[in-house]
Amino acid sequence: MFYREAGQFKTSYKADQALMPILQDRVGLAVILIIAFAVIPATANDFFLTSIMIPFLVFSLAAIGLNILTGFCGQLSLGTGAFMGVGAYAAYKLTSIFPDANVIVMVLLSGVFSAAIGAVFGLPSLRIKGLYLAVTTLAAQFFLEWCFIRIPWLYNYNASGAIEVPHREVFGIVASGAEATPLARYFIVLGITVFIALLMANVLRGRIGRSWMMIRDMDIAAELMGIRPLRTKLMAFAVSSYICGVAGAMMVFFWLNAAEPSSYSIRLSFQILFMVILGGLGSLSGAFMGAAFIWILPVILKFVPGLMGIDLAAETIEHATFMIVGALIIFFLIVEPHGFARLWAIAKQKLRVWPFPY
Amino acid sequence: MLYDIFIDPFVQMYDMPDFFLQVLWEGFVAGILYALIALGFVLIFKASGVFNFAQGIMVVFAGLTLVGLNENGVPAYLALILTIGVMGVLAYGVERVVMRPLVNQPDIILLMATIGLTYFLVGFGEFVFGGEPKQMITEQLGLPTGSTAFEIGERGLVILQHIDIAAAVIAVLMVAALGIFFNKTRIGRALRAVADDHQAALSVGISLNQIWAIVWFAAGLVALATGIMWGARSDVSFALEIVAFKALPVLILGGFTSIPGAIVGGLIIGFGEKIGELYWGGLVGGGIESWLAYIIALVFLLFRPQGLFGERIIERI
Repeated sequence: MFYREAGQFKTSYKADQALMPILQDRVGLAVILIIAFAVIPATANDFFLTSIMIPFLVFSLAAIGLNILTGFCGQLSLGTGAFMGVGAYAAYKLTSIFPDANVIVMVLLSGVFSAAIGAVFGLPSLRIKGLYLAVTTLAAQFFLEWCFIRIPWLYNYNASGAIEVPHREVFGIVASGAEATPLARYFIVLGITVFIALLMANVLRGRIGRSWMMIRDMDIAAELMGIRPLRTKLMAFAVSSYICGVAGAMMVFFWLNAAEPSSYSIRLSFQILFMVILGGLGSLSGAFMGAAFIWILPVILKFVPGLMGIDLAAETIEHATFMIVGALIIFFLIVEPHGFARLWAIAKQKLRVWPFPY
Repeated sequence: MLYDIFIDPFVQMYDMPDFFLQVLWEGFVAGILYALIALGFVLIFKASGVFNFAQGIMVVFAGLTLVGLNENGVPAYLALILTIGVMGVLAYGVERVVMRPLVNQPDIILLMATIGLTYFLVGFGEFVFGGEPKQMITEQLGLPTGSTAFEIGERGLVILQHIDIAAAVIAVLMVAALGIFFNKTRIGRALRAVADDHQAALSVGISLNQIWAIVWFAAGLVALATGIMWGARSDVSFALEIVAFKALPVLILGGFTSIPGAIVGGLIIGFGEKIGELYWGGLVGGGIESWLAYIIALVFLLFRPQGLFGERIIERI
């Protein structure tokens, strides 16, 4: 009743092929965008912006990146954290080499470096498949992490070995560095995330995206039908790493302010993989839902005992969080292995036929 | 530069044979321990097709349970028996709660479920026994602790830790026991039948659920032995999970389904890693142990995509 496409006639191919042919979808997206761009900045406090919204958006973008590789092209990757790290270090080097350049442009450019490295580590994927591919991406993860530690040029020979984000202004507004306001950071992160997400939504339904899905479903069959595996797989690796790299650069520039190699460890890779799987493989909206779940749940868990008046040591809470998150992941996998995206699809179907389900 | 890469390390090996032997021994012991972890993976993968990421954490969890029980006043041997019991309960629980509802799901979902299990076990272990590193109760368990020095040549000296020798012996015994178990017992045959074909095994009256619980229990026992050995070399804490990641290239190198593969893979990685680190690592600033194993596995994989002993992958359309 609320979600019904009956009566929405299309009079041109263009309208029929639109990204969102159904009015309700367009309205829904518009509402979400209005909330994100207007309501949240107007009402939220700094804490909400810095510790929930900004990380959520950064992780969503990283999850989109991994989803392109794993969900749409079927190549399992455990090296997401390292590719994000490449983006972060590249952005750091770029801003220190070109101090006057626009920092947003630098962040977007940094993804190019991680795309190149991602494509290199994607090369074995032509010969190694499935779970075996996990080892090449793990090689990337540990090798790149080692590079972040052992190549002092990457962090400008700092004594601490960490990268610290310099003070940069964009159009007179402090965009990065410790003085940047949460609001400015939020808008930059939101803008980049929305832009890339919409771009990807279009790429994925085009020729490139469909060739990725062919490779995912069966690479030999795809090859027989004229898809070049080399080009297609490497492109998936490059695009995925580009997005992860941008997310990694945003993570340090607009959220953490400083990062050390351990920020981009294998734990981050797993976290992103969880977001993708729980959100739903092969779904962009799933990436957002997964990121929200995996990031926001521990934050909430941290405050629940306090609100209930139970006084627990920080350590105990952390351990309990680990347990609960692990248990919930298993629970959700059992209940709905296709992730939140499938739940959302089911919900939409229910709305469509409501109130007469038969 | 070329001299440093291609000639100097070999000259060193020749000049100081005692050091080289020591390195080989270190590599051997590390390789055995990697192989033990990989063995746990292989057991579960063979029987259920589940890539059990939690094996590394099970190692730590078993070690931690053992030490934790002992700290709370349980005698060492009783603690050992209790820990075996705990691993049994864990195996049954995992089979009942995690594996059974997820039958027939794609590989990656099962993999994720075991990673979820990993998180749960990390949280649970730290919740119960605390997060700080613990000393393994080597002596109470009656394991040797000293070391023996052998003289090699005129001035060389190779030091062998007794615990390492014990680890090697136990590993060999364990592999032999598993071999006998797989080939000579009724349950072992059932396990192999399940590994070959789930449906065919079901049709001749083998209970899959029972087999999975047994296999997880066997993997738990292997994890316990590994935990004791590894814990004796360094402290028991969840920092050991990094070792679990090392077992991955071992496993992939050997092939997911092969027990000999796990052993050979473990030894290759162990030797390669130590020799590479000590003779070539200095050239690039050291610490290459953290990724060398993966690169070795990667090189092998490029030539044999199914691993050294894996079954040939046949693709059909």
